[in-house]
Amino acid sequence: MNGPALSIQTLDKVYANGLKALDQVTLEVRRGEIFALLGPNGAGKTTLIGAVCGIVQPSGGRIEVFGHDNIREYRKARSHIGLVPQELTTGMFETVWNTVSFSRGLFGKPANPLYIEQLLKNLALWEKKDTQLRMLSGGMKRRVLIAKALSHEPDLLFLDEPTAGVDVELRKSMWAQVRRLREMGVTVILTTHYIEEAEEMADRIGVINKGRLIVTEDKKTLMHKLGRKELLLDLYKPLEALPPSLAGLGLRIAEGGMRLVFTYDPAQENNGVVSLLDRLREEGVKCKDFNTRESSLEDIFVQLVGDS
Amino acid sequence: MNYRGVAAIYKFEMARTFRTLAESIASPVVSTVLYFIVFGSAIGSRITDVDGVSYGAFIVPGLVMLTILSQSVSNASFGIYFPRFSGTIYELLSAPLSFAEIMIGYVGAAATKSLMVGSIVLLTAGLFVPLEIRHPLSMLFFLVMTCTTFCMLGFIIGIWADGFEKLQIIPLLVITPLTFLGGSFYSIDMLPPFWQAVSLFNPVVYLVSGFRWSFYESADVSLGISVAMILIFLLGCTGIVAWIFKTGYRLRS
Repeated sequence: MNGPALSIQTLDKVYANGLKALDQVTLEVRRGEIFALLGPNGAGKTTLIGAVCGIVQPSGGRIEVFGHDNIREYRKARSHIGLVPQELTTGMFETVWNTVSFSRGLFGKPANPLYIEQLLKNLALWEKKDTQLRMLSGGMKRRVLIAKALSHEPDLLFLDEPTAGVDVELRKSMWAQVRRLREMGVTVILTTHYIEEAEEMADRIGVINKGRLIVTEDKKTLMHKLGRKELLLDLYKPLEALPPSLAGLGLRIAEGGMRLVFTYDPAQENNGVVSLLDRLREEGVKCKDFNTRESSLEDIFVQLVGDS
Repeated sequence: MNYRGVAAIYKFEMARTFRTLAESIASPVVSTVLYFIVFGSAIGSRITDVDGVSYGAFIVPGLVMLTILSQSVSNASFGIYFPRFSGTIYELLSAPLSFAEIMIGYVGAAATKSLMVGSIVLLTAGLFVPLEIRHPLSMLFFLVMTCTTFCMLGFIIGIWADGFEKLQIIPLLVITPLTFLGGSFYSIDMLPPFWQAVSLFNPVVYLVSGFRWSFYESADVSLGISVAMILIFLLGCTGIVAWIFKTGYRLRS
């Protein structure tokens, strides 16, 4: 069995109010990878997850989880999946131990106290195992939701905005936890609108906007393909307009004429930096400082979403 | 069939019942005692026997029915409404469970609670009047069928309701009048002919009548009709539940 962990074909979802939340989404997620679904609020990320997990009824298309159709073979498909929802939706009066054991039971797995114990310890919840859910802080509730999702030992974990409203320390420990899961062979799909998170975690990235999957790419390839470098030249004297000999090079004036910004593709052999410097000297434009800046995934994201 | 999943829901719901056991039992016990003081002792002492049964004893089956109908509807509706309200329903929907299994878990637990409460009301009544159950099996049949049917009705209301007000309005506006006018405290023979005819449209009349027959062999309608009616209610509720499951009404967006 080497097929994809998740295969989605031409998935559509139109809500009763006419909102088209998903538009012909086709996607494959490979086994064992961390896939980040990146998109602004309302892009369709949660709807996509809902459709895979059985919470949203798709209007069209097909979904297979480890080769099982998620409607015809919903029991097999769903037993592979763990879902951590975006909202902190926990009960109130149950204890941590009971709610995690309950989740395992729902998936039809026999009780396994040793596994649950280890799980709670890994998530730093062991001390709280007999505490009622309503007594927990937001960060702890988040971890309880992760424990519930992992309680039945899934192979495919959905994390819907796992670090929304989570402090820096907890965020880092959560990233470490996700990496551990990957080492154990769990495929992870996370949605986020924090680009930093996708950049830090993901093997591959899908960008979704207005229900359409704009691009699916290896993170490095995406950054390489769309990445640009900028050369910033701080000048001695302000420059009001570009001299004619410097026009057409992709050069622009910034900071009220005190800075020139040159955008180039670092991957290209002949990228124009040297000839630009030569021409500047010929024109007598003097620089007091140089700086280069690489475009982040954030810039790429803004560029992609802006274009779509 | 995901038996463990059903068991998990059942256990979860029963844990909720036992967490609130004192309240769940105290309220029906207190109201039963009140009914007996008012209707059994105060007013009942001036009412002649009904079909050869003392008035105090006559109202016992009706009181049990009154309690289990309202308990079943309110408990079962809350059980499924709360996860919808709090959002934890995502877990039920994404688990490898069929809708029927989800319903069996919820309705099974709610019906168990109703049976417990019904038995406690019966025992409480036994403190006031000597209990006489001539057909225990038939009594059990009506008890179990009523609990199950009305827990299903509660389950349907819990899925339909989109606010706490709606959750309370059905028991208040529909179930309570139907039970009070369903012959809990009187035999419908006591009514003028017009209201007797109207009463025959009240489903609770058939439940109370059949249930009372199991105690005293005194009935407003024949036993066969009572049994047929309760089976029809059960089928009706099953039909609605099946439709809800097929369409994902108010469960899947």
